[in-house]
Amino acid sequence: MTRYFFTRLAGAIPTLFIIITLTFFLMRAAPGGPFDQEQTLPPEIVANLESAYGLDQPVWVQYGRYLKSLLHGDFGPSFKYKDFTVTELIGQGFPVTLQLGLMAMALALLAGVPLGTFAALHHNSAADYATMSLAVAGIAIPSFVVLPFLGLLFGVYLHWLPVAGWEPGSLRHLALPVLALALPPLAYIARLTRGSMLEVLRSHYIRTAFAKGLPLHTVIMRHALRPALTPVASYLVPAVASILTGSLVVESIAGLPGIGRYLVQGAINRDYTLVLGMVIIYSTLLIGMGLVVDLLYAWLDPRVRLAKEPF
Amino acid sequence: MVPTLSIDELSVSFAHRTGTLGAVDGVSLRIAPAECLGVVGESGSGKTQLFLAVMGLAGNARVRGSIRFEDKELLGATARSANRVRGSKLTMIFQDPMTSLTPHLTIGTQLAEVLVCHQGLSWREGRDVAGRMLERVRIPEPRRRLSQYPHELSGGMRQRVMLAMSLLCEPALVIADEPTTALDVTIQAQIIELLRAMRGEAGTALALVSHDLAVVAGLADRILVMYAGRIVENAAAGELFRQPRHPYTAELLKCVPSLSGPRLARLPTLAGQPPQPGDALQACRFAPRCPRAADRCRIERPALMGTSTSQVACHFPL
Amino acid sequence: MRANPAAILALAVICALVALTLLGPWLNPNNTQALDWLHVAARPGLQSAHWFGTDRLGRDLYARTLAGTRVSIAIGLVASILSIVVGVGYGAVSGYVGGRTDQAMMRVIEILSGLPLIFFVIFLTVIFGRSESLLFISIGAVGWLTMARIVRGQTLSIRRQDFIAAAVASGASSGRIIAKHVVPNVVGPVVVYATLTVPQIILFESFLSFLGLGIQEPGASLGTLISEGVGEMEAAPWMLLVPGGFLAVLLLSLNIFGDGLRDALDVREG
Repeated sequence: MTRYFFTRLAGAIPTLFIIITLTFFLMRAAPGGPFDQEQTLPPEIVANLESAYGLDQPVWVQYGRYLKSLLHGDFGPSFKYKDFTVTELIGQGFPVTLQLGLMAMALALLAGVPLGTFAALHHNSAADYATMSLAVAGIAIPSFVVLPFLGLLFGVYLHWLPVAGWEPGSLRHLALPVLALALPPLAYIARLTRGSMLEVLRSHYIRTAFAKGLPLHTVIMRHALRPALTPVASYLVPAVASILTGSLVVESIAGLPGIGRYLVQGAINRDYTLVLGMVIIYSTLLIGMGLVVDLLYAWLDPRVRLAKEPF
Repeated sequence: MVPTLSIDELSVSFAHRTGTLGAVDGVSLRIAPAECLGVVGESGSGKTQLFLAVMGLAGNARVRGSIRFEDKELLGATARSANRVRGSKLTMIFQDPMTSLTPHLTIGTQLAEVLVCHQGLSWREGRDVAGRMLERVRIPEPRRRLSQYPHELSGGMRQRVMLAMSLLCEPALVIADEPTTALDVTIQAQIIELLRAMRGEAGTALALVSHDLAVVAGLADRILVMYAGRIVENAAAGELFRQPRHPYTAELLKCVPSLSGPRLARLPTLAGQPPQPGDALQACRFAPRCPRAADRCRIERPALMGTSTSQVACHFPL
Repeated sequence: MRANPAAILALAVICALVALTLLGPWLNPNNTQALDWLHVAARPGLQSAHWFGTDRLGRDLYARTLAGTRVSIAIGLVASILSIVVGVGYGAVSGYVGGRTDQAMMRVIEILSGLPLIFFVIFLTVIFGRSESLLFISIGAVGWLTMARIVRGQTLSIRRQDFIAAAVASGASSGRIIAKHVVPNVVGPVVVYATLTVPQIILFESFLSFLGLGIQEPGASLGTLISEGVGEMEAAPWMLLVPGGFLAVLLLSLNIFGDGLRDALDVREG
């Protein structure tokens, strides 16, 4: 099992490396520079700025210096927010985004799987149709529509929850954003679980489990759940991608000080180092998630696990 | 003496787009304690659906009639009380050992959970008992199997595990649905031998369902012959083979090749097809294929009649 | 189809929306650009001249929403057609040629599928700045991956059939075979996934516009309208509810219809 993990890890590192390299060179190769947006500066000043930021060196030298600083955890200075380094900006915003994302993912799983199972157990009943209809709505309607609607309902009209803003450690401010962010993956997971559970419940080994006189909850939890979760495991990486994407919008609407806004602002301002830093963070997250999913597959199905080890 | 299993006028039917399909149509039978009942018939005869209904595994089907196990009614009983009986005193093993065990749980877990659930044992105690049962069903290296997964065992070994699972709580009745069909001939013989030994040791009643008369012949005290959801003949084993009374039974017996008889140029077969479940109800279902059929057979359903030890449902029995 | 009343209803709603966007201006001829200083941020009402109210600058919301819906649908259709053409071509070639080319082409799709498209777009925006042609390219890039996969799967199974062997034996070129035999046979699944691609694309376009990376002023799509509406949420909620509602209904109906179509034709991903 450990050997399996390290093989996968060894495969992931080069991928990350390639992404960093490609991103770096693409950005350097692009027309225009980070200072083009400002009021037109006299060329000597531009030259000074470029030399200060090391932009006048040959590309390879810049690349080497960047990699070295990466290893020290230094993403370089932000071109736009002149008083901060990218590392500082990320450091401030990342915990918020992480909290938001983790809670959304957890909600999507903890609510989606039981909902899907419930629908499967009540196949073709009114409850089943109702749940699946809600699921379609959850998948179709984007979070930047859902969140403001929720904000209107719970914030402006009912005054239950704050509409926007953030205080450290405040759960009330996170409630609506997390809900809006979790809704599409939740709905998708519910649909996946339902379909998969329906199939698993038709299996012969589930018939055996029932024939043994085991109560329903035992059959579901011990015998049916793990095989049924395989498609959900496959969906985890797209789910994280969906949550990352959604966080861009949710953070901006709800005024949460996460890193999402840096990506969008960085794009508009053409702030190279910032965008580069964000790309690295997001790629690492996704690749990391991929590793977790691989481990998950091994746990879900012993045949995968045992295939890697000598008998 | 109370029969272990007592079924009266059981019918199992499925709602379908084009009407209702009756898989089991008015079946009644008794199994006495420690008796071995063989149930034979083609695919579609309803023999499997019959016992699935007994085990509460009939799915979406409508089940009507009465199923009494040790004089307690199972149909309509609460799930909890039915579950107390099923898996412990009334157990079933299925045809396909390759897919009947949960792939992600160890053999030990799947065996022990029966004991944990029904007899309140701890998991360690359960594994112990399971290990001993694996010895009884003559699995090689029983202790090692407990921590293995189903895919690490061969088909024959898995079927032994299924058998062990069904015997853990000392059941009064074990239903074996085509237990050897998916296995090699040599393994088949071993499983049958095992079933015989189990009966002898524990005095368990056995309902052996099969389309293969040969499998049933070695074990059964009595044999039920089913056709198109109905029982057509019910007789003691020896008598059935010597003196079949229903035309269908006679044809079936002709189909079993014999090592001692004359060499035949062609293997005899039964002409025609079994009826589709939606077909005519008020007639003898075998009439279209019966060499002895007359007009009466096509309009009147024959009732199962005879003595207490031998019955047949035919207007013109042999 | 009779078995799925929801899908039929969804289709009816879609048609109604399209009809409304096309005929709407006849019903209430308010200009999208006209600034009505007398009715700034006015509430919606059937009595007033502005059925859906006005925005912060006095522009009629009814006209703007319908215009925005028109833009969203138009982009959705055009980009969908683009991605269908690319996807079908790519998938058909990959499935037909097979072998290592196929493996390589599928690898590309796998890698591209892993990246969230928004990052790609943001990335390109950093490099090339905001431009509408960039918008079109990136939006078109949304749908073709799944389409290519579907078509490849279908092509693989068709390729094994006898009439293809007959065509090859009679000396037809690969291109001709693909065009005349493979493509007509994959129409079914393509139609189904096309109907599911359109909402994806509309969603993506709205998302970009919402963030400010899409359609720029003075043009407006539903995304930009919603973005404005969010800013006025507490004071003038109709600015959010109207475009938001339109987008939600549009996407929901398209999804339900697409799902229904897929169930009816029972298509699976190769």
